[in-house]
Amino acid sequence: MSLPPKVAVLVFPGSNDDRDAAWALGALGAEAELVWHAEHELPRGTGAVVLPGGFSYGDYLRCGAIARFAPVLDAVRAFAAAGGPVLGICNGFQILCEAGILPGVLRRNRDLEFVCRDVRLRVERIDTPFTARCEPAQELTIPVKHGEGCWYADEELYGELEAAGQLVLRYAEDCNGSVGDVAGVCNEARNVFGLMPHPEHAVDPLLGSGDGALLLAGLVDAARERSLAAA
Amino acid sequence: MRVTVLVRPKDGILDPQGEAVQGSLRKLGFVVGGARVGRLVDLEVEAADAAEAKAQVERMCQELLANPLIESFELEVEGG
Repeated sequence: MSLPPKVAVLVFPGSNDDRDAAWALGALGAEAELVWHAEHELPRGTGAVVLPGGFSYGDYLRCGAIARFAPVLDAVRAFAAAGGPVLGICNGFQILCEAGILPGVLRRNRDLEFVCRDVRLRVERIDTPFTARCEPAQELTIPVKHGEGCWYADEELYGELEAAGQLVLRYAEDCNGSVGDVAGVCNEARNVFGLMPHPEHAVDPLLGSGDGALLLAGLVDAARERSLAAA
Repeated sequence: MRVTVLVRPKDGILDPQGEAVQGSLRKLGFVVGGARVGRLVDLEVEAADAAEAKAQVERMCQELLANPLIESFELEVEGG
Protein backbone atom coordinates (compact mmCIF):
# COMPACT_ATOMS: atom_id res chain seq x y z
CA MET A 1 0.00 0.00 0.00
CA SER A 2 1.37 3.39 -0.91
CA LEU A 3 1.87 6.11 1.67
CA PRO A 4 -0.53 9.06 1.69
CA PRO A 5 0.78 11.99 -0.38
CA LYS A 6 2.43 14.69 1.69
CA VAL A 7 1.09 18.24 1.47
CA ALA A 8 3.04 21.04 3.15
CA VAL A 9 0.76 23.68 4.71
CA LEU A 10 2.75 26.83 5.36
CA VAL A 11 2.30 28.72 8.62
CA PHE A 12 3.08 32.43 8.75
CA PRO A 13 2.72 34.62 11.83
CA GLY A 14 -0.96 35.53 11.47
CA SER A 15 -2.08 32.50 9.45
CA ASN A 16 -5.38 31.26 10.89
CA ASP A 17 -6.73 28.71 8.42
CA ASP A 18 -3.66 26.48 8.45
CA ARG A 19 -5.24 23.91 10.78
CA ASP A 20 -8.53 23.82 8.88
CA ALA A 21 -6.60 23.27 5.66
CA ALA A 22 -4.53 20.50 7.26
CA TRP A 23 -7.67 18.85 8.66
CA ALA A 24 -9.47 19.00 5.31
CA LEU A 25 -6.46 17.57 3.45
CA GLY A 26 -6.22 14.79 6.02
CA ALA A 27 -9.90 13.99 5.52
CA LEU A 28 -9.21 13.72 1.79
CA GLY A 29 -6.45 11.18 2.23
CA ALA A 30 -3.33 13.36 2.36
CA GLU A 31 -0.75 13.67 5.09
CA ALA A 32 -0.65 17.38 5.88
CA GLU A 33 2.47 18.78 7.51
CA LEU A 34 2.52 22.28 8.95
CA VAL A 35 5.68 24.14 7.91
CA TRP A 36 6.81 27.28 9.75
CA HIS A 37 7.62 30.28 7.56
CA ALA A 38 11.23 30.49 8.79
CA GLU A 39 12.11 27.07 7.34
CA HIS A 40 14.42 27.16 4.34
CA GLU A 41 13.30 23.84 2.90
CA LEU A 42 10.08 21.94 2.36
CA PRO A 43 9.79 18.54 4.09
CA ARG A 44 11.23 15.57 2.21
CA GLY A 45 8.70 14.02 -0.13
CA THR A 46 6.45 17.09 -0.33
CA GLY A 47 3.98 16.50 -3.16
CA ALA A 48 2.07 19.79 -2.95
CA VAL A 49 2.10 23.07 -1.03
CA VAL A 50 -0.78 25.08 0.43
CA LEU A 51 -0.51 28.73 1.47
CA PRO A 52 -3.45 29.12 3.85
CA GLY A 53 -5.72 32.01 4.73
CA GLY A 54 -5.15 34.49 7.51
CA PHE A 55 -3.44 37.82 8.05
CA SER A 56 0.25 37.07 7.58
CA TYR A 57 2.49 39.66 9.24
CA GLY A 58 -0.60 41.64 10.19
CA ASP A 59 -1.28 42.46 6.53
CA TYR A 60 1.17 45.36 6.99
CA LEU A 61 1.87 47.60 3.98
CA ARG A 62 -0.30 45.51 1.61
CA CYS A 63 -1.81 42.05 2.13
CA GLY A 64 0.85 39.46 1.40
CA ALA A 65 3.56 42.05 0.71
CA ILE A 66 5.74 41.10 3.68
CA ALA A 67 5.11 37.34 3.63
CA ARG A 68 6.70 37.10 0.23
CA PHE A 69 10.08 37.62 1.94
CA ALA A 70 9.64 34.63 4.26
CA PRO A 71 12.56 32.18 3.90
CA VAL A 72 10.19 29.32 3.01
CA LEU A 73 8.94 31.25 -0.01
CA ASP A 74 12.25 30.65 -1.82
CA ALA A 75 11.68 26.91 -1.42
CA VAL A 76 8.10 27.28 -2.65
CA ARG A 77 9.28 29.26 -5.65
CA ALA A 78 11.74 26.51 -6.57
CA PHE A 79 9.09 23.82 -6.00
CA ALA A 80 6.64 25.67 -8.25
CA ALA A 81 9.28 26.27 -10.93
CA ALA A 82 9.92 22.52 -10.99
CA GLY A 83 6.23 21.92 -11.69
CA GLY A 84 5.07 21.17 -8.13
CA PRO A 85 1.40 21.94 -7.41
CA VAL A 86 0.91 25.02 -5.20
CA LEU A 87 -2.44 26.30 -3.92
CA GLY A 88 -2.94 29.72 -2.32
CA ILE A 89 -6.17 30.31 -0.43
CA CYS A 90 -7.29 33.87 0.42
CA ASN A 91 -4.22 35.39 2.12
CA GLY A 92 -2.20 32.68 0.38
CA PHE A 93 -3.54 33.96 -2.94
CA GLN A 94 -2.58 37.52 -1.94
CA ILE A 95 0.95 36.35 -1.09
CA LEU A 96 1.37 34.53 -4.43
CA CYS A 97 0.25 37.67 -6.30
CA GLU A 98 2.56 39.96 -4.32
CA ALA A 99 5.40 37.51 -4.93
CA GLY A 100 4.75 37.72 -8.67
CA ILE A 101 4.09 33.97 -8.86
CA LEU A 102 0.47 34.63 -9.84
CA PRO A 103 -0.75 37.55 -11.96
CA GLY A 104 -2.75 40.52 -10.70
CA VAL A 105 -3.25 41.93 -7.24
CA LEU A 106 -5.92 41.77 -4.53
CA ARG A 107 -7.31 45.12 -3.43
CA ARG A 108 -9.80 46.42 -0.90
CA ASN A 109 -13.32 45.19 -1.69
CA ARG A 110 -15.22 47.67 -3.84
CA ASP A 111 -17.85 48.32 -1.15
CA LEU A 112 -15.22 48.52 1.61
CA GLU A 113 -17.06 45.79 3.50
CA PHE A 114 -15.70 42.55 4.83
CA VAL A 115 -17.61 39.88 2.91
CA CYS A 116 -18.29 36.70 4.90
CA ARG A 117 -20.80 34.32 3.34
CA ASP A 118 -21.29 31.40 0.98
CA VAL A 119 -20.88 32.44 -2.65
CA ARG A 120 -21.71 30.68 -5.88
CA LEU A 121 -18.76 30.15 -8.21
CA ARG A 122 -18.45 28.97 -11.78
CA VAL A 123 -15.59 26.74 -12.88
CA GLU A 124 -14.21 28.24 -16.10
CA ARG A 125 -11.36 25.84 -16.73
CA ILE A 126 -11.04 22.18 -15.84
CA ASP A 127 -7.59 21.81 -17.40
CA THR A 128 -5.78 22.47 -14.13
CA PRO A 129 -4.96 19.86 -11.46
CA PHE A 130 -7.11 21.81 -9.00
CA THR A 131 -10.28 21.72 -11.08
CA ALA A 132 -9.69 18.37 -12.81
CA ARG A 133 -12.45 16.74 -10.75
CA CYS A 134 -15.01 19.40 -11.77
CA GLU A 135 -17.38 19.42 -14.73
CA PRO A 136 -17.05 22.21 -17.33
CA ALA A 137 -18.97 25.31 -16.12
CA GLN A 138 -19.87 23.53 -12.89
CA GLU A 139 -21.31 25.74 -10.19
CA LEU A 140 -19.77 25.43 -6.72
CA THR A 141 -20.84 26.92 -3.41
CA ILE A 142 -17.89 27.83 -1.20
CA PRO A 143 -17.61 30.48 1.54
CA VAL A 144 -15.54 33.65 1.28
CA LYS A 145 -14.37 35.81 4.19
CA HIS A 146 -12.21 38.72 3.19
CA GLY A 147 -11.89 42.49 3.17
CA GLU A 148 -9.31 42.62 0.39
CA GLY A 149 -10.38 40.17 -2.27
CA CYS A 150 -11.05 42.48 -5.18
CA TRP A 151 -8.77 41.00 -7.82
CA TYR A 152 -7.40 43.52 -10.29
CA ALA A 153 -5.54 43.32 -13.58
CA ASP A 154 -5.41 46.07 -16.19
CA GLU A 155 -7.12 45.53 -19.52
CA GLU A 156 -4.00 44.30 -21.28
CA LEU A 157 -3.08 41.75 -18.61
CA TYR A 158 -6.70 40.63 -18.29
CA GLY A 159 -6.88 39.98 -22.05
CA GLU A 160 -3.65 37.98 -21.95
CA LEU A 161 -4.85 35.85 -19.03
CA GLU A 162 -8.21 35.20 -20.63
CA ALA A 163 -6.56 34.18 -23.91
CA ALA A 164 -4.18 31.88 -22.04
CA GLY A 165 -7.03 30.27 -20.10
CA GLN A 166 -5.67 31.32 -16.71
CA LEU A 167 -8.95 32.71 -15.33
CA VAL A 168 -10.01 29.46 -13.66
CA LEU A 169 -12.83 30.47 -11.34
CA ARG A 170 -15.40 33.29 -11.39
CA TYR A 171 -18.04 34.45 -8.95
CA ALA A 172 -21.49 33.58 -10.27
CA GLU A 173 -22.87 36.50 -8.23
CA ASP A 174 -21.65 39.94 -7.22
CA CYS A 175 -19.04 39.53 -4.47
CA ASN A 176 -16.32 42.13 -4.12
CA GLY A 177 -15.84 44.07 -7.35
CA SER A 178 -13.16 41.84 -8.89
CA VAL A 179 -12.39 42.55 -12.55
CA GLY A 180 -14.41 40.07 -14.62
CA ASP A 181 -15.78 38.59 -11.35
CA VAL A 182 -12.57 36.59 -11.17
CA ALA A 183 -12.33 34.47 -8.02
CA GLY A 184 -9.28 32.36 -8.87
CA VAL A 185 -6.36 32.41 -11.33
CA CYS A 186 -3.54 30.06 -12.22
CA ASN A 187 -0.05 30.60 -13.60
CA GLU A 188 0.86 29.95 -17.20
CA ALA A 189 2.12 26.43 -16.46
CA ARG A 190 -1.17 25.73 -14.58
CA ASN A 191 0.53 24.21 -11.53
CA VAL A 192 0.00 27.22 -9.24
CA PHE A 193 -3.52 28.32 -8.38
CA GLY A 194 -4.86 31.00 -6.06
CA LEU A 195 -8.43 31.75 -5.03
CA MET A 196 -10.22 33.93 -2.51
CA PRO A 197 -12.94 31.43 -1.50
CA HIS A 198 -12.07 28.86 1.18
CA PRO A 199 -12.41 25.27 -0.08
CA GLU A 200 -11.11 23.98 3.27
CA HIS A 201 -14.28 25.33 4.93
CA ALA A 202 -16.49 23.41 2.52
CA VAL A 203 -15.49 19.77 2.71
CA ASP A 204 -18.51 18.43 4.62
CA PRO A 205 -22.15 18.96 3.62
CA LEU A 206 -22.97 19.03 7.33
CA LEU A 207 -21.35 22.49 7.44
CA GLY A 208 -23.24 23.83 4.43
CA SER A 209 -21.35 22.59 1.39
CA GLY A 210 -18.93 19.87 0.37
CA ASP A 211 -17.94 21.55 -2.90
CA GLY A 212 -14.53 22.67 -1.65
CA ALA A 213 -13.53 19.02 -1.42
CA LEU A 214 -13.59 18.82 -5.23
CA LEU A 215 -10.80 21.40 -5.49
CA LEU A 216 -8.73 20.05 -2.59
CA ALA A 217 -9.10 16.46 -3.82
CA GLY A 218 -7.67 17.65 -7.15
CA LEU A 219 -4.68 19.00 -5.25
CA VAL A 220 -4.29 15.71 -3.36
CA ASP A 221 -4.43 13.79 -6.68
CA ALA A 222 -1.67 16.03 -8.05
CA ALA A 223 0.40 15.55 -4.88
CA ARG A 224 0.03 11.78 -5.18
CA GLU A 225 1.15 11.81 -8.81
CA ARG A 226 4.13 13.93 -7.93
CA SER A 227 5.13 11.71 -5.02
CA LEU A 228 4.90 8.61 -7.24
CA ALA A 229 6.96 10.27 -9.96
CA ALA A 230 9.62 11.25 -7.42
CA ALA A 231 9.73 7.78 -5.81
CA MET B 1 19.11 61.69 4.92
CA ARG B 2 15.36 61.86 5.22
CA VAL B 3 13.26 60.76 2.26
CA THR B 4 9.49 60.89 2.15
CA VAL B 5 7.65 58.48 -0.13
CA LEU B 6 4.12 59.22 -1.27
CA VAL B 7 2.26 56.21 -2.64
CA ARG B 8 -0.96 56.86 -4.52
CA PRO B 9 -3.58 54.74 -6.26
CA LYS B 10 -2.76 55.11 -9.96
CA ASP B 11 -4.89 57.39 -12.09
CA GLY B 12 -7.91 55.57 -13.39
CA ILE B 13 -7.82 52.97 -10.61
CA LEU B 14 -11.04 52.87 -8.62
CA ASP B 15 -10.33 54.09 -5.08
CA PRO B 16 -13.29 53.11 -2.89
CA GLN B 17 -11.54 54.46 0.21
CA GLY B 18 -11.17 57.86 -1.41
CA GLU B 19 -14.81 57.79 -2.46
CA ALA B 20 -15.91 56.99 1.09
CA VAL B 21 -13.77 59.85 2.43
CA GLN B 22 -15.21 62.21 -0.16
CA GLY B 23 -18.77 61.18 0.73
CA SER B 24 -18.10 61.73 4.43
CA LEU B 25 -16.58 65.16 3.84
CA ARG B 26 -19.62 66.13 1.80
CA LYS B 27 -21.89 65.02 4.63
CA LEU B 28 -19.96 67.41 6.88
CA GLY B 29 -20.79 70.21 4.46
CA PHE B 30 -17.41 70.51 2.74
CA VAL B 31 -17.29 71.02 -0.99
CA VAL B 32 -14.90 68.35 -2.27
CA GLY B 33 -14.50 67.54 -5.92
CA GLY B 34 -12.53 64.36 -5.34
CA ALA B 35 -10.52 62.45 -2.76
CA ARG B 36 -7.89 59.75 -3.20
CA VAL B 37 -6.29 57.94 -0.28
CA GLY B 38 -2.69 56.80 -0.46
CA ARG B 39 0.16 56.09 1.95
CA LEU B 40 3.13 58.03 3.26
CA VAL B 41 6.45 56.45 4.30
CA ASP B 42 9.22 58.46 5.98
CA LEU B 43 12.65 56.91 5.62
CA GLU B 44 16.10 57.64 7.00
CA VAL B 45 18.71 56.51 4.49
CA GLU B 46 22.50 56.61 4.38
CA ALA B 47 23.56 58.38 1.22
CA ALA B 48 26.32 60.71 0.07
CA ASP B 49 23.93 63.09 -1.62
CA ALA B 50 20.30 63.60 -2.59
CA ALA B 51 20.69 61.88 -5.95
CA GLU B 52 22.05 58.73 -4.33
CA ALA B 53 19.29 58.77 -1.71
CA LYS B 54 16.70 59.16 -4.41
CA ALA B 55 18.09 56.27 -6.45
CA GLN B 56 18.07 54.01 -3.40
CA VAL B 57 14.51 54.82 -2.44
CA GLU B 58 13.29 54.44 -6.01
CA ARG B 59 14.50 50.85 -5.90
CA MET B 60 12.76 50.35 -2.54
CA CYS B 61 9.52 51.57 -4.07
CA GLN B 62 9.82 49.30 -7.08
CA GLU B 63 10.62 46.26 -4.98
CA LEU B 64 8.36 46.72 -1.96
CA LEU B 65 6.80 50.04 -1.02
CA ALA B 66 4.47 50.33 -4.03
CA ASN B 67 2.76 47.73 -6.18
CA PRO B 68 3.29 48.97 -9.74
CA LEU B 69 0.07 47.33 -10.96
CA ILE B 70 -2.09 49.70 -8.94
CA GLU B 71 0.10 52.36 -7.32
CA SER B 72 2.32 55.23 -8.38
CA PHE B 73 4.91 56.83 -6.11
CA GLU B 74 6.66 60.14 -5.66
CA LEU B 75 9.75 60.99 -3.59
CA GLU B 76 10.72 64.04 -1.62
CA VAL B 77 14.36 64.21 -0.50
CA GLU B 78 15.04 66.58 2.35
CA GLY B 79 17.18 69.41 0.99
CA GLY B 80 17.23 67.66 -2.40
